[in-house]
Amino acid sequence: MVVEALKREGVEVIFGFPGGAIIDINDALEKDGTIKYVLARHEQGATHAADGYARATGKVGVCLVTSGPGATNTVTGIATAYMDSIPLVVLTGQVPTALIGNDAFQEVDIVGITRPCTKHNYLVKDVKELPRILKEAFYIARTGRPGPVLIDLPKDVQNQKAEFNYPDKIKLRSYNPVVEPHNKQIRRAYRLIEKAKRPIIYAGGGVIISGAHKELKTLAETIHAPVTMTLMGLGAFPGTHEYSLGMLGMHGSYCANMAMANTDLIIAVGARFDDRVTGKVEAFAPLAKIIHIDIDPTSIQKNVKVDVPIVGDSKLALKKLNKIIKEEGRPDEAWRDLHAAWWDQIRAWEKRHPLIYKLEKDVIKPQYVIEKLYEMTKDKDPIITTEVGQNQMWAAQFFKFDKPRTLLTSGGLGTMGYGFPAAIGAQMAFPDRLVIDIAGDGSIQMNIQEMATAMEQRLPVKIVILNNEFLGMVRQWQELFYDKRYAATKFSVTPDFVKIAEAYGANGFRATKPEEVESVLEQGLNAEGLTIMEFAIAKEEGVFPMVPAGKATTEMLLV
Amino acid sequence: MKHTLSVLVENCPGALSRITGLFSGRGFNIESLSVAPTLDPTLSHLTLVTRGDEFIIEQIIKQLNRLVDVYKVVDVSEGEFVEREMALIKVRAEDETRAEILRMCDIFRCKVVDVSPKTYTIEVTGPESKMKAVTELLKPLGIKEIARTGTIAMSREKKSV
Repeated sequence: MVVEALKREGVEVIFGFPGGAIIDINDALEKDGTIKYVLARHEQGATHAADGYARATGKVGVCLVTSGPGATNTVTGIATAYMDSIPLVVLTGQVPTALIGNDAFQEVDIVGITRPCTKHNYLVKDVKELPRILKEAFYIARTGRPGPVLIDLPKDVQNQKAEFNYPDKIKLRSYNPVVEPHNKQIRRAYRLIEKAKRPIIYAGGGVIISGAHKELKTLAETIHAPVTMTLMGLGAFPGTHEYSLGMLGMHGSYCANMAMANTDLIIAVGARFDDRVTGKVEAFAPLAKIIHIDIDPTSIQKNVKVDVPIVGDSKLALKKLNKIIKEEGRPDEAWRDLHAAWWDQIRAWEKRHPLIYKLEKDVIKPQYVIEKLYEMTKDKDPIITTEVGQNQMWAAQFFKFDKPRTLLTSGGLGTMGYGFPAAIGAQMAFPDRLVIDIAGDGSIQMNIQEMATAMEQRLPVKIVILNNEFLGMVRQWQELFYDKRYAATKFSVTPDFVKIAEAYGANGFRATKPEEVESVLEQGLNAEGLTIMEFAIAKEEGVFPMVPAGKATTEMLLV
Repeated sequence: MKHTLSVLVENCPGALSRITGLFSGRGFNIESLSVAPTLDPTLSHLTLVTRGDEFIIEQIIKQLNRLVDVYKVVDVSEGEFVEREMALIKVRAEDETRAEILRMCDIFRCKVVDVSPKTYTIEVTGPESKMKAVTELLKPLGIKEIARTGTIAMSREKKSV
């Protein structure tokens, strides 16, 4: 019954790990044979892979695991998806209903555990409810602000037989996300845009989720406004576009943060003013009026006061806004003239402190690796995943993302070990595309067991490891704020990643000198199948600019 | 500021826990809470008293609405409303105080619902202020036990949940 429902939902691939309480569904999947099952090596890996699949495609990612530890191992993956609004359906096995609450073998109250980190969850007690619950779960996961939904399936419910009535439509009286933005609010937004002399568009992951990138580009090009993006928003607007100021916030560009601090109008689209973006809230954008478009009302007015809130789908809202702008018919020259002085100021900031780093002769600079990687792959439309930490920030700063769904990264939760399994999920969705995980030596070791999964599925994922033998981001904080006491961040043992690659039957390459970077990248990118490219980078390189936590975004530490 | 919220929620397992979990997880306060099914048995009515400035209350209402099981949220304290609480108070009643207690019950329109040789059990209904007044007056006489419900509330006139 579960398999039938999954087929109706158009599920093509499931990531999972088996166990006693889910064996029946694995058996049914095997017998049916329509849906591809990817056996992970750890349930966390399976969940991140389903998440990577969802982010790369926009479809719902599905994950199937057993009860108890199988279920608890998915929690990090679920929380990661929840924070970044990624649609997942996680099916967990459960002990038979008669044993629930008895501390049975491999029993855990996963519905209770995941209540605060799922959009919704279910314990199915009666097989008759199963079709409705499965239908609801997929609907809830992908609509409104998307998110993970968990369904707990007791073993006896999996085995019961009942008539399969899969509902065509569902209507939930308690769940009706507002999609259509209010016309009056859009008009009010236009009144502000019309007057603004120093506007800036601040785009987040919501633009990517709702597929509003074209509308966003139209808006920026029509009113000639600069665009800055959150980490989750990279790719929502072309990174190579002349109007792109790159990422803002803690490790954002000098120009983006200065522009935010001096703007008179923020047009926020699908972003949530989180603390990594605002820095010290009291000092954030003091001169600005704010228009905030978001599908989730709780995001609006949560951290900053908003002048024009617009609840609804970003794509629809921007479409309406663009229509009004067109109707009002202000000539292109007028927009240009209105913002000309603003652009002069922005270009001056860009010139004063561009994103830079110092090249050195003897050691590899991580930024150089990313720049080279970008140059060598930009024509191949790659999907980049990252781990979390310095590797993630260097990738965000030095790789240019021109298209949505080309950067998959754990933004909200900041989950180390996310990137590699997510790359597996993305590669499952797009077997012919180039999928690269940009990793650090710390993060990659958190889910390195998934190399077996990638080998088994013959996935040609490329892993770039920036190895500084440190947990670099924490080390950077220690250097700056803890008198260089490197507590618990120095690795005295780091494995030989090339040998690890070989042990799994994959390819491994290593560069230890700057002049080797290009050739290692070339060999690695051209190698067939799963490949590790390891770069021994400058050990104490930092990520800059940096806004220290709790400081105003104008108080940036520069290189 | 004190706010009284009326919440209609699906009458299903876990719904209450989602709401209380939201409050503890996001650092909001619950001062009192009372829940019972409505005329429609598939919905429960929950009255929740909380404190916070307008931003916090706005967040609380939005966050509650975001829960899939929550059908409707109304801040009844925004307008005119009535609220009631009930308490059962077991108070020591010796010969010399029995008449005094009964007089007090009369003034506050309380009911004696149980009598024993040494105690009266009194039922008090009213707004929170009345609960306070009655307990303050009975305290010197010796309260042995007290049980209180949370507040329930309803908007006046047309506005309904």
